[in-house]
Amino acid sequence: MDFLRKIFGGGNEGSGQKAKDRLRIVLIHDRTDISPQLLDNLRDEIVDVLTRYMEIDIKKIDIDLDRDENAVALVANIPVIRIKRGKSEIE
Amino acid sequence: MAARVIVTTSGKGGVGKTTSTANIAAALAKFGKKVVAVDADVGLRNLDVIMGLENRVVYNFIDVIEKTCKLPAALVKDKRVPGLYLLPAAQTRTKDAVNPEQMVALCEELKPEFDFVLLDCPAGIEGGFKNAAAGADEALVVTTPEIPAVRDADRIIGMLESMGKSPIRLIINRLRPNMVQDGDMLAKDDILDVLSIDLIGVVPEDENVIRSTNNGEPMTLTLDSPAAHAYLNIAERLLGRDVPLMDLESYAARGFISKIKQFFTGGKHRR
Repeated sequence: MDFLRKIFGGGNEGSGQKAKDRLRIVLIHDRTDISPQLLDNLRDEIVDVLTRYMEIDIKKIDIDLDRDENAVALVANIPVIRIKRGKSEIE
Repeated sequence: MAARVIVTTSGKGGVGKTTSTANIAAALAKFGKKVVAVDADVGLRNLDVIMGLENRVVYNFIDVIEKTCKLPAALVKDKRVPGLYLLPAAQTRTKDAVNPEQMVALCEELKPEFDFVLLDCPAGIEGGFKNAAAGADEALVVTTPEIPAVRDADRIIGMLESMGKSPIRLIINRLRPNMVQDGDMLAKDDILDVLSIDLIGVVPEDENVIRSTNNGEPMTLTLDSPAAHAYLNIAERLLGRDVPLMDLESYAARGFISKIKQFFTGGKHRR
């Protein structure tokens, strides 16, 4: 009796809302799925850029995607040994 | 004449790619355009059956690619409406029988002869999809209001974007306005929110789709029904006309009223 439920405003929220919430979370994860190869490439390029500015402890670098229900973050923990005091800083 | 080449795709199977291709092709022909519907689903062909042309298939597009026959010999002309043609797929071959370059060449050969080339893409994201998409400039992505279909559509949209297809537009198929109104189905806007591509049409669930498949007659040619209207509207929008979205709520209301009627009369109702 769908129409009775509609008229009397049945208590339960429809399954459509649940579908919407589940879909959103599935897509957040799908869209940020990354292959180990791609993550390695990213790590190498980040290291490339950073080492122009600072000396870093390459062995202790930790870069990964951090996922929870609602969001995905790229989390990088990169120990810095010293900043390179270069020419550009003096200018 | 240089045809617009449009691929109909979805990722997930069974959401209505072939039905959409057949009905949009027929509708465009009805509006006076010269259209060829190409079945790019090698090995699992079905567009011929949906269009009701299965008995007239002689050659297929693999024959054209392998030069077993000339292109005009492989084209099946639909006698019900001027300007509608089918280019069938090979049933006894596999998707490996063709590569993207050959599909592009085939589309180039079709382009000067038609206003529209509609490519019916197989399900999946592998070779068959890549072949079909290779030849196309534009894309229609078909989805249904269900999580698996929308998820796969998202994947396919990403791939189409990276291949440079534009515009990529969405068809939401098999929507049940009653269920949306009751909060038991993903609504049009729920889907558009997550997919963020342009909508070209919403096709309501309609028993007449099954009847038209049984009869082998694209419903845009013959039937006056909600889904037929929706497909005719999509064809018009493809032609650049500004057609407002169908008022699906009124269909829902009709369903609601008929439910009340059914409740009081206990009668069998048919829409």
